[in-house]
Amino acid sequence: MTDSTAARFDKASPEIKAHLRKRKRSQFMLKTLGIGAISIAFAMLFLLVGSLISTGYQAFTQTHLVVEARIDPALVDPDNPSDGNFRQLALDIVSNRVIGGADTDNTDRLTDILSNRAQFTLRDIVVANPDLVGETVELKLPVADKYDQLHKGMLDRDTPEENRRLSDREIEIFDQLVEGGYVAKPLNWALLTNADSRFPEVAGLKGAIIGSAYALLVCFLLSFPVGIGAAIYLEEFAPKNRISDLIEININNLAAVPSVVFGLLGLAVFIGWFGMPRSVPFVGGMTLALMTLPTIIIATRAAIKAVPPSIREAALGVGASKQQVVFGHVLPLAMPGILTGTIIGMAQALGETAPLLLIGMNAFITSAPSTPFDSATALPTQIFIWADSPERGFVSRTSAAILVLLTFLIAMNALAIFLRNKFERKW
Amino acid sequence: MTLVAFTILFAAVVIGYILNLRAARALRDGGAKMHSLNGFHGGYAALMVLIPTFMLIILWLLFQGSVIEFLVKSSLPEGQLEGLGVGEVQLIMAEIQSIAGGRIFGTPDQWKLDAAERLETLRAISAWLMVASTAALAAVMLYVARRRVTADFRARQGLETIVHRLMVACATTAIFITIGIVASLLFETIRFFQMVPFWDFVLGTSWEPQIPIREDQIAAAGAFGMLPVFLGTLVIATVAMFIATPIGLLSAIYLHEFANARVRAVVKPVLEILAGVPTVVYGFFAILVIAPALRNIGGDLGIPIAPNTALAAGSVMGIMLIPFISSFADDALAAVPRSLRDGSLAVGATPAETVLKVLFPAAIPGIVGGILLAVSRAIGETMIVVMAAGLIAKMTINPLDSVTTVTVQIVTLLIGDTAFDNPKTLSAFALGMGLFLMTLVINVAALRIVRKYREIYD
Repeated sequence: MTDSTAARFDKASPEIKAHLRKRKRSQFMLKTLGIGAISIAFAMLFLLVGSLISTGYQAFTQTHLVVEARIDPALVDPDNPSDGNFRQLALDIVSNRVIGGADTDNTDRLTDILSNRAQFTLRDIVVANPDLVGETVELKLPVADKYDQLHKGMLDRDTPEENRRLSDREIEIFDQLVEGGYVAKPLNWALLTNADSRFPEVAGLKGAIIGSAYALLVCFLLSFPVGIGAAIYLEEFAPKNRISDLIEININNLAAVPSVVFGLLGLAVFIGWFGMPRSVPFVGGMTLALMTLPTIIIATRAAIKAVPPSIREAALGVGASKQQVVFGHVLPLAMPGILTGTIIGMAQALGETAPLLLIGMNAFITSAPSTPFDSATALPTQIFIWADSPERGFVSRTSAAILVLLTFLIAMNALAIFLRNKFERKW
Repeated sequence: MTLVAFTILFAAVVIGYILNLRAARALRDGGAKMHSLNGFHGGYAALMVLIPTFMLIILWLLFQGSVIEFLVKSSLPEGQLEGLGVGEVQLIMAEIQSIAGGRIFGTPDQWKLDAAERLETLRAISAWLMVASTAALAAVMLYVARRRVTADFRARQGLETIVHRLMVACATTAIFITIGIVASLLFETIRFFQMVPFWDFVLGTSWEPQIPIREDQIAAAGAFGMLPVFLGTLVIATVAMFIATPIGLLSAIYLHEFANARVRAVVKPVLEILAGVPTVVYGFFAILVIAPALRNIGGDLGIPIAPNTALAAGSVMGIMLIPFISSFADDALAAVPRSLRDGSLAVGATPAETVLKVLFPAAIPGIVGGILLAVSRAIGETMIVVMAAGLIAKMTINPLDSVTTVTVQIVTLLIGDTAFDNPKTLSAFALGMGLFLMTLVINVAALRIVRKYREIYD
């Protein structure tokens, strides 16, 4: 008996060796598969960020025409600058100053070089400073999208002329401008300071950023106090009965309801039944608040639970009432955790798109909202609009807008992590 | 004016606090033996003013729009709105509103101009009334609260009762949100089923959500059969789960069993980043990178792949769900008692055998719960499919083909259209109801499984 057992466990025996090898191989396989799985996830993340950066970085600069030009008093009345003929002025600047004399054949083409909105940029400059009329000033005007693409090398010069958005002659004229030093590619601040536009070269995110900020503000003002109130009640005061259970199950389920359903709720209740306006950040913020509430409640409960009972007992022992204990001791100690959870909830709300689409925050609006009750877009819906636009120039702008959104998200999450590390207490 | 009302509210709250605090202090200084501390008297007054006045302003803001619209509508000349559909009435009201806002296009009829003027007047009256009633209510509540300050008034109990009720109200909000979701979906869904028979919707195999533009148009009557739409959702969700489940589980196993603390500290947050990326970004990623890549691969292999193939949306959704599944599986593995693991290693099992044959079976309920929650996410996910999946509903299970999903249909049916009087827009709510019920069942099942499993070891 003992002999045979010893034989069976003889490490040198070929069967045992083979078996052991097999087991070790399967161990190795599992490890490799695990590393492979993580590598795939990492690769996808790099591909995602890489593709966004490689398409988006171009949008952070914008090709401009830099020219010395005289604001012709014949076209612009210094006493009434806003009514001037800026369209003609823009055309003159290109044809006279740059090409050196009127080239009647090419006038139509020349109008295209500058952005369609350049005349309004000119107007804003002159209206802001009417003394410029009659003076020669250095002007920096955005060029149209196709020339912007050409200058950034995104327009293939080798494609046959009929398939290209610019003719050979147009490219030739533009190349002359480049050689003459009339073309610059400064940082594209307009991306942050302009509102939306049909023309990619002047479209910006100002309206979307302000709209998102208003929506988040409304969302915070609603969900933060209500969420904390609900969490305190459920954690500290609620009797253990069926109603409390029902509320708990409800909160857990709400956290997993698809966001588009909240959009349907917002559309039917806020807009349909209460007659609130469409497309406004206020309604968007209310809808987002409904979605953020479960997140905040769950985070707050966890933070309150983490405060040790001895704190409560000590306070109760010196005669504090239950509410004094909670509001004077437990809540301040739980605050870092609550804030961390809230910021993460707000970051989620900032990236949420579907409910905002349903309540109409994907409208085309060319001015930034001045109150939460004005029509506006939000950052994620603006990304959606731009991603849907046919113009080539919007591809890189969409990537750039996403990078802006991701920057905000990273900043918020970094703040949450900072708060947690700085104020979290281990009991 | 809203700002003025809120300023009045804020001022009244502060005044109430100070008045009662001072009154209580005066009583105490006068030698009275007060039941409650001065601060409680102040806080009591502040809340007594705050809550009713705040409710008044909110209710006013909620309902003034519909009341004014109703008044304007009923004051329109006889016959102007007769025989018009809800959409046309809405158009007219929108025109009147834009005239009132100073944006006049063309030369509107005189009655519209009159109505716009009435709208303006009513708005001004409403704003003034709101401020006046806010001030009046705040004054009354200030008076009531001030009268309560006496030596034996139990201000602390009074304050705490109000705070307690406020917290109960906050906690029940969750229930009200659920009721709101169900009510809004149910209400519009019932209206939908009054126009389209229930069984046509549930068992129909053709989805063409059109409505006749003219009365006599028969060809474009539309078909509202939900099966192809839900089938498309399942196709995309299946693709997503096929990618997310193995990658998520394998990375969880590696992280839990083989990785050291340093690797975990790096890998886990990076996976969390994948979870934190907004879905609209994934949608753009799908159309920018994944869909063209798939099409190229298909072209090289000679397989026809639709430009908005279910594979593109599904695989990107799968990437999004990897961290979801891996963190659930990691938690489930970590919840298995250490004794099981140590026992297995002690009898000579390799770490791989321990994970696969001991820990994994013990963690199965938690993992299944996590996978179910991921499925519910995949079904309800909107932006990726809106951007990368198709619009045409097809009865197909071929992932290379273009399919549409429930969420895509909801969004496309409701963008830019608010007249809830035709089956086209209402069908979105019926789809939403189906989506809500489906995810609800999955979520409840998943949460049950997770919770039940936890009870075994705790």
